[in-house]
Amino acid sequence: MTNTGNILIIDDEVQIRRLLEITLSANGYKISEASTGKEGLAAAATGQPVLIVLDLGLPDTDGLDILKKLRDWYQKPIIILSVRNSEEDIIKALDNGANDYLTKPFRTGELLARIRVAIRQSQGIPDQPILEFGSLTIDLPNHSVHKNNEIIKLTSTEFSLLALLAKNEGRVLTHQYILKEVWGMGYIEQTQYLRVFVAQLRKKIEDDPAKPKLLTTESGIGYRFGS
Amino acid sequence: MGPDDSRPNPDELLASLLNEEEKSKRGKLKIFFGMCAGVGKTYTMLKAAHTEKEKSCDIIIGYVETHKRIETAGLVKGFEVIPRKTYDYKSTAVQEMDLDAIISRKPQIVLVDELAHTNAPGSRHAKRYQDVLEILDNGINVYTTLNVQHLESRSETVAQITGIIVRETLPDEIFENADEVEVVDLTPDELLHRLSEGKVYTPERSREAIENFFRKGNITALREMALRIVADRVDKQLHDYMQHKRIRGPWKSGLHLLVAIDYHHHSTKLLRWAKNLSYSMGADIQAIYIETLHKLTPREREQLDKNFNLAKQLGIKFRIITNYDIVKAIVDFAQKENVTHIIVGKPRVRNMLSMFRLGNFVKRLIRYSGNIDVYILGSDSQAKDYFKKRVSIPSYTSNIRQYVTVSFFVILSAIICHILEDYIGYQVVSFVLLFLVSILALFFGTGPILLAATLSALIWDYFFIPPQNTLHIEKPLDLLMLIMFFIIALLNGILTSRIRRQEKKIRIREERTQALYQLARELTMASGIDEVSKIAVRYIQKYFNSDYSIILKNDLNQLDNQVPNDVKIKLTENELSIAAWVYKNSVKAGKNTDTLPSTDYTFYPLTGNKDNMGVLAIKHPHPFTQGEEQFWEAFLSQISGKFEREFLRNAARKAYILNESDKLYKTLFNSISHELRIPVATIMGASDTLLSQSYPEETKLKLYSEINTASVRLNRLIENLLNMSRLESGRITPHPDWCDVHDLANKVADNLKQELLPFEFSTVIPANMPLVFIDFGLIEQVLHNLVLNTTQNAPTGTNIRLKFFYDSGSLTIQLMDRGKGFPPSELTLVFNKFYRGKDAKTGGTGLGLSIVKGFTEAHGGTVIAENRQNGGAIFTIKIPVKISDMNQFIRHDE
Repeated sequence: MTNTGNILIIDDEVQIRRLLEITLSANGYKISEASTGKEGLAAAATGQPVLIVLDLGLPDTDGLDILKKLRDWYQKPIIILSVRNSEEDIIKALDNGANDYLTKPFRTGELLARIRVAIRQSQGIPDQPILEFGSLTIDLPNHSVHKNNEIIKLTSTEFSLLALLAKNEGRVLTHQYILKEVWGMGYIEQTQYLRVFVAQLRKKIEDDPAKPKLLTTESGIGYRFGS
Repeated sequence: MGPDDSRPNPDELLASLLNEEEKSKRGKLKIFFGMCAGVGKTYTMLKAAHTEKEKSCDIIIGYVETHKRIETAGLVKGFEVIPRKTYDYKSTAVQEMDLDAIISRKPQIVLVDELAHTNAPGSRHAKRYQDVLEILDNGINVYTTLNVQHLESRSETVAQITGIIVRETLPDEIFENADEVEVVDLTPDELLHRLSEGKVYTPERSREAIENFFRKGNITALREMALRIVADRVDKQLHDYMQHKRIRGPWKSGLHLLVAIDYHHHSTKLLRWAKNLSYSMGADIQAIYIETLHKLTPREREQLDKNFNLAKQLGIKFRIITNYDIVKAIVDFAQKENVTHIIVGKPRVRNMLSMFRLGNFVKRLIRYSGNIDVYILGSDSQAKDYFKKRVSIPSYTSNIRQYVTVSFFVILSAIICHILEDYIGYQVVSFVLLFLVSILALFFGTGPILLAATLSALIWDYFFIPPQNTLHIEKPLDLLMLIMFFIIALLNGILTSRIRRQEKKIRIREERTQALYQLARELTMASGIDEVSKIAVRYIQKYFNSDYSIILKNDLNQLDNQVPNDVKIKLTENELSIAAWVYKNSVKAGKNTDTLPSTDYTFYPLTGNKDNMGVLAIKHPHPFTQGEEQFWEAFLSQISGKFEREFLRNAARKAYILNESDKLYKTLFNSISHELRIPVATIMGASDTLLSQSYPEETKLKLYSEINTASVRLNRLIENLLNMSRLESGRITPHPDWCDVHDLANKVADNLKQELLPFEFSTVIPANMPLVFIDFGLIEQVLHNLVLNTTQNAPTGTNIRLKFFYDSGSLTIQLMDRGKGFPPSELTLVFNKFYRGKDAKTGGTGLGLSIVKGFTEAHGGTVIAENRQNGGAIFTIKIPVKISDMNQFIRHDE
């Protein structure tokens, strides 16, 4: 595995930093660390990390503020790793530009997967007209979707929804974000639309709609797409 | 007197014991008692104070009036004197005793001169004796002075002897209950000598005084009175002493006096006389007022209230009884209460009718009273004059409109009769008019009916009886008929209106009784202090309709200014301080009372059996009448009792909660310490092993796996504890959103896929299942715990089914297995915190299901556990939800 680039860990807990350092180094990443928000901001500016793992409960500043400050100029992925597990906190972080969110305690395997997805997305893979997820093929310019080489009929809303999710593969999209993108600002509260169309879409694209593998639910937060 | 009378009566014994106990906490009152001014009471008091001071007793002067007498002024020296407080009254400064300063100084003994003094307006109490009572209540002993003419029961006699009306009086009770009375006596000659020497007053005033008040005859009479009172007191003390020490003796008790009073001024004399009699007979005494059909005029009502107040002041308890027959009411009551002597006033004769009635009254009273003695006290001429002056005919003062109305009806009927006279004849007219008067009596008072009767008689005579248009009557028969007509009309009218009045009176009483009954019922059903205050407020609004405020005590037994709900008015700082005083002293105060009357509200303590619950302030538009006062007091006592019960219940509940939380703490401690230590021990042990030696790869893997399992278990426990504490702190508020239950089922199954592996797990969701409006996260947690619980308890390989359906407003979720089910005794316990089944596997904390219950209830839902008919357990969750039909959106899109 050739994971080049530097990952910045902003967390005040030594033990967590040590664990991450061991795990990430073993997976070929270079690591830099910061234990306060201030240090973190400085390290992000000087070290030019490819990804930042940010804790929300920092001793000097609230992690959310650091996130906002970083997002003023920092374009690369930021993954939140925090003990705060309320839906409210998670949605707030995602809305403020976090790419992903993991609550402590976490499984390192999961973290690594999220880091990989985030980095891959940020590496500016040129927009591909055709996306493939296992047996599912999405042809974006032609608005056509094939499963096991058979065409699937989707309504225009279903297609927009699928396209949005697929383009953000591996990333959690909040309900509000999806509603805004697919239906428009006026529909931001209409989660029932989303539920209905997700259910419809699952019936058409999933092998077993009762156990969705592609279009998964993030409890109380949103949806994630990917194999 | 039977042999039983010689034994101490248990009630009296108890009363004397209670008296003793009450007295020991209070300060002691010593009265220096004299026949009149100038005998040297203040002087003697100061002398006594000096003696005490020499015994290094902390004794100070609260208020002493030296009257510029040199000997007395000399004695004041050497004592600490509390500075007087100045009140502005009508732009002159008035100096009064500083009550609060004395209480906060808290000496052993305080000297307070002139016990009967009336305080300046604006002081806390109207009378100084009330100040003294408050000082005594604070455990401070008081030395004070008093003249015989200031005793309420003697004031009238003194006025008769000396011709001077005494205004500053105090209740006899104060004197009777004093711990010590010292007579300061001087022979009349010595007193006169002192006066003439100018030792009492300045020379000019002395001369004036000798001419007016200090005549030798007067002084002798006053002296005799004073000495007799003290002798009676000594007698009573002896009696009390013997009672207390259970000495057998000639008990005087067993005598019960009953004095019947009415709404005349004469009753005050009756009350005083009866009180003196009871005193010398050693008998107890009560007063009774019989409410009859007589409609009281405002003036009579006022006098009646005065009489009641006097009775109260004299320490005579009184009762009001409604009965049209005074004699029967008195005798019935007397027999019921074992009265031995009835005292009534000699009936006054105002006219022929009353002479007939009242003569009868005395005869009947004597006839019915049987072996009860009857005293009849004559009324004096002064009292008669009083009545001549005061008694007008106010009972006939119905308003003008009523007179006009009845006249109108009489004239109208007369006109109709006149038209019809040719057909019906003049005699029938009389019946028509008679009929009319009777009808009018149903609606109007006595006065208008009197007018109607007279007017119709005149009209009949003048216009109908031949010869017409003249009052002259020719036939004797017609004359007889006219007289009979008039009498019948009058009687009929008056009787009817009397019945009506009685009916009204009874109705008011009935209404009040009903209200009290209703109140009692409502209070029985009410629970919680708030609810009780709400009921109280409603009744005040309904029956008293005035501004009010209820202030209750807090946990620290202080009045809480943060008044509860529904309170109409906010009290000012000053009013709150009165409320605090009332709360502390359990005495009503404010408007229409003797204490702090210069405020808009009357403050009543809410007195329970043991403590005060708070204070109720009410703004009366007018002083309560006697009936209202009784009703009000009954109302207050019910409310206070209920408040007390509620306060006690709160206290009990708090104690219970404290106890429970203690128990909970212990359980938590035991359960959690175990549950936390096991996984930590595993992690420590396994990692320690891994660090210390090198093992084969296989062993290492096993150890890693153990560490992993332990940490998952630890995490679950922490998660549950956090959820529990969220629940306990009441922080759980669902944030519902539209939810597809498929997602829910899926998520739960996915998260628990490891645990569910050994089971056959299936989800059942109907095809037409709508979207439900719930908090996804909370319900997910509920199902997670429920499914996890089942995987921990059901035997491996069993079928576990999760079923959702919607029916009439509720989302139902069922989780069923085919395991052993619950022992029947555990069915109701499984949701209890830290409850663990007897056969439960290790690894649970007993928190999971209680969180299920807590979260479900936070969602307004219910959860029950049951056993299935063919074996296994079933949990059923029911949550009321809004739904949204999924299909409508799909159709919309296509």
